[in-house]
Amino acid sequence: MEKVLLANIDNPKSAEIGVYEASGGYDSLRKSLELAPDDIIETVKKANLRGRGGAGFPTGMKWMFASKDPKFPKYLVCNADEGEPGTFKDRPILEKNPHILIEGMAISGHALKAEFGYIYLRGEYPAAKGILEEAIRQAEAKGYIGDNMMGSGRNFKLAVHQGAGAYICGEETALIESLEGKKGHPRIKPPFPVNVGAWGMPTIVNNVETLSNMPFLMRVGPEAYAAIGSKECPGPKLFCVSGHVNKPGVYELPMGVTLREIIYDHCGGIKNGKTLKAVIPGGISTPVLPPDKIDCPMDFVNMPKHGSMLGSGAVIVMDESVCLVKVCLRALKFFEHESCGKCTPCRDGVSWLRQVLARIEGGEGRPGDIELLSEVAGNITGKTFCPLGDGAASVVLNFIKHFRDEFDMHIARKGCPIK
Amino acid sequence: MKSQIADELECVKAKYPAERAALLPALYLAQRKYGWLSAEAMDEVSRELRVPKATVRGVATFYAMYRHKQVGRNVIQLCTNVSCMILGAERLVDIIREKYGVEPGGTSADGRFSLVIMECIGACGTAPAMLVNTDFHESLTQENIVTILEGYR
Repeated sequence: MEKVLLANIDNPKSAEIGVYEASGGYDSLRKSLELAPDDIIETVKKANLRGRGGAGFPTGMKWMFASKDPKFPKYLVCNADEGEPGTFKDRPILEKNPHILIEGMAISGHALKAEFGYIYLRGEYPAAKGILEEAIRQAEAKGYIGDNMMGSGRNFKLAVHQGAGAYICGEETALIESLEGKKGHPRIKPPFPVNVGAWGMPTIVNNVETLSNMPFLMRVGPEAYAAIGSKECPGPKLFCVSGHVNKPGVYELPMGVTLREIIYDHCGGIKNGKTLKAVIPGGISTPVLPPDKIDCPMDFVNMPKHGSMLGSGAVIVMDESVCLVKVCLRALKFFEHESCGKCTPCRDGVSWLRQVLARIEGGEGRPGDIELLSEVAGNITGKTFCPLGDGAASVVLNFIKHFRDEFDMHIARKGCPIK
Repeated sequence: MKSQIADELECVKAKYPAERAALLPALYLAQRKYGWLSAEAMDEVSRELRVPKATVRGVATFYAMYRHKQVGRNVIQLCTNVSCMILGAERLVDIIREKYGVEPGGTSADGRFSLVIMECIGACGTAPAMLVNTDFHESLTQENIVTILEGYR
């Protein structure tokens, strides 16, 4: 497959506008500015582009909702707060291919009649901030964005807003609160951000990778785009693979490639000839899978049928040496730390889960603890304001579902059987 | 008296339709100027943006990257989340503790290093990883981490 999102990134000067222009950069914007905004939205719907942030919501539908709202100004916000542990797929775009994102945002801004765009960038990517700001300056100087972009009479101003280390701000309503200068507490929905978002105005929040698909999508058209990868959920997709594989890294592959192909064909299999024990396929919130479940097509439609989720496409591979109780505990420490504290089932429930896991891992687990974990997790699911609590509960339930023996052994032997 | 961060803040405010939106960037500006967010630094932000002191403090304490005590000359932000953990990040915490006498969340007696345990920093493919100040260091080992840290005085 031709690299789209990661095109040029092996060129050390890939972040410079000249390099991007030399390979046809900003041609799609020029072409798109000649189209009516609604035609672009139709193209996106026809291409069946789904949001790459984790939920896989159809992008064209989100855009249509925002576009139909009569209120102006509208805001386009790029979610560059990739904080889902295991996820590093947007970083190469932000650091090495910033113009594909800027062009994508300018096209999207035109489609949505949004004249203001923000890139909400996580605080942990300090280098990306300077690179993006320089790229924005270059694009403005060339007249691609800013006032009267490319002589079209349309305006699009773009700015970077730096987050400050809060996972919850990856959730779109918390992100909007944070953009407005507040604590990152999620808002109740509805109203949805497409109607009432930043500063009360229609706001479209899209992931870095989603927006970066736009120049290519507009260049090749919806039919060619939809022909890549899974029929139900097409397009190029970034997968970021970490853990015990021979060649970890970010891979651009067609949507629907199987988890097995990613691990064995692209990443060279398990390191040091060891055996695969477990895979987290889409970032830490997605259900863990045992080795006999890795023939699943990695896309938003098929993964749920195989007991997990595509999430952010962050594949964490674990070999036989890993204690899964410890991994589960580490994940829950993370969720406890990142719970915003707004609602009780998440704030107290996740903390309780972490405490029970800690005693099991520490060799002080009691008979009945696994049932307790399941009960507490069951009382979080569906009862929280935002998906953070659900994610934490689902992590525990799925580790127990697939690896119950390992939890039982920790309790029976009063410690880790793997050491 | 004119605030030390006022000039830079004017440029920041211009990016947003509402002044309040400049609160996160203003806290970063204050932190860069003073090294950490003392009560006085937060009060200054409160005055500049005309946002109540309690609100400024609430926001400043919500986000993990704002510092609420004096930090060392160099801040080590080491990730210990799952991808880094399964590749040995915990041992690196021990090495930093033993070699430089700094506990997670603390600062060494000579003020050279502060150590912050991070949740994922997006370097999982080259785990374990850390940020020292604003520099990424990836593919860390028990050997190379000391060599890297020796470069920070």
